[in-house]
Amino acid sequence: MNQYLLAVHTDFDAPATSEDEMMAAFAAVDEFNADLASSGAWVFAGGLQAPDTATIVDATAGSAVMTDGPYAETKEQLGGFWVVTAPDLDAALDLGARASVACGERIEVRPFQVEPEDDDA
Amino acid sequence: MSHLDRAAPAASAATVDQVFREEYGRAVATLIRLVGDIGVAEEVVQEAFEVALRRWPVEGVPPSPAGWIITTARRRSIDRHRRESVRMPRSIAAALAQSLREEIEEVAEPMPDDQLRLLFTCCHPALSHPAQVALSLRLVGGLTTREIARAFLVPEPTMAQRLSRAKRKIRDAGIAYRIPDESVLQDRVAGVLATIYLIYTGGHTASTGDRLARVDLCRESVRLARLVAGLLPDEAEATGLLALLVLTESRRPARIGPDGLLVRLDLQNRSRWDRDAIGEGHRLVQDCLTRNRPGPYQLQAAIQAVHTDAPTACATDWPQVVALYDHLFTMQPTAVVALNRALAVAEVEGAAEALSQIEGLDLDEWHYWHAARAELLARMGRSVAAVAAADRALALVDNRAEERFLRQRRRHWCGEAARDD
Repeated sequence: MNQYLLAVHTDFDAPATSEDEMMAAFAAVDEFNADLASSGAWVFAGGLQAPDTATIVDATAGSAVMTDGPYAETKEQLGGFWVVTAPDLDAALDLGARASVACGERIEVRPFQVEPEDDDA
Repeated sequence: MSHLDRAAPAASAATVDQVFREEYGRAVATLIRLVGDIGVAEEVVQEAFEVALRRWPVEGVPPSPAGWIITTARRRSIDRHRRESVRMPRSIAAALAQSLREEIEEVAEPMPDDQLRLLFTCCHPALSHPAQVALSLRLVGGLTTREIARAFLVPEPTMAQRLSRAKRKIRDAGIAYRIPDESVLQDRVAGVLATIYLIYTGGHTASTGDRLARVDLCRESVRLARLVAGLLPDEAEATGLLALLVLTESRRPARIGPDGLLVRLDLQNRSRWDRDAIGEGHRLVQDCLTRNRPGPYQLQAAIQAVHTDAPTACATDWPQVVALYDHLFTMQPTAVVALNRALAVAEVEGAAEALSQIEGLDLDEWHYWHAARAELLARMGRSVAAVAAADRALALVDNRAEERFLRQRRRHWCGEAARDD
């Protein structure tokens, strides 16, 4: 089993959706989450606050330097994510497609680095 | 790769080279199934061919060269595994090695599905088209990185990087090595066929560079199409693609004239067409017809069959060609199909009707559209407008042979325009 990040790319500048649409999306995501949990694919998920709440911390040169705002000034920003387990990329893409339908956004599916397997196990 | 550089008796080196050409893809596909890793599979198959190059000249060629390569590669992979497992308790390592050795005799047989699985992996939609093309040629077709780089006119390090990035993605993203589920099989088969078609067009229309390398791409794509049609006997479109490529290839000897210029279909010397290929192509098209599950490749093959069936250009059954394009357009309603259909219409209803059909098409950026307009305008006696259209085509064309052909046509129309004045 591999772990995959399903990253939600959101345009935070887009006009707000109606309350009904939002409630429908919440319900769809809840249902998707419940499916993930019951199928054993669920690892973690969460939605993020708007990108302007982000702070960059750079301590690579010794002392930490803070910068207000997200890392990249792109139109679309990370809005939330799932971490799922899946047997292979096809299965992960399948979950990504369902996540995309549920939340109404584009999803980036990206594999996690694999821990070296323990041969004694 | 390196096995080609070694000094060895010419006959044996040629034998190994021939086995390499024919069996590399099969051996790699089988080894990937056995070892579960593309990189390791490629390395041990390469090593097995190097061993063959040393030993066959002395010991003779084994009765089943392919089986020998696969078994030797498999042993190499086990040796590797053993080297890597030195840190585990000796008893466990020994037991593991023993079980792997027993496994060799049982499973080190190439299975047809191995190549199919590998082809689906190489053509996975999560990989870019250039990556799919390169991987298919390397892993399934057995071409060297250098050969693929030359065929696509990119530096060898660029192609090597493209291949290693794609292989890394297959491994790290967990692209499965298997035949896709029924639910997505149709789409994935279409993806495999599209990749093979892309390889063919890469060889067929490419402009500059080493012509021999280009011809190789055409031959490789026919080989891959033949492999897929054999592996997927129930997929009518796979047979359709093979028929299309075989029939298009059959006209190759007549497509370029002695002066190196492109020869238009109606002016080609039909005695130079490859009759055997045409015979095979027609049988394949017939086979498609009896299945009665038409698709875009089959219809394009049927159009090629009508052309190759005509003893002379005048004898072409143009209404039949138009009817086939009508059918194709219902499945693929694109401007390109509409343009090709209109060119067939020109032969039935005349150039003016054809011109009126292509005027509205959104193909202003494609040289072929301007060239087609030029031909139709010239046929209608509008030489000045034809020259102007040819100029637009020349500004867009990036293929040397087509450019020379267009220049020749333009000169001809300029002469006509001058006479008309």
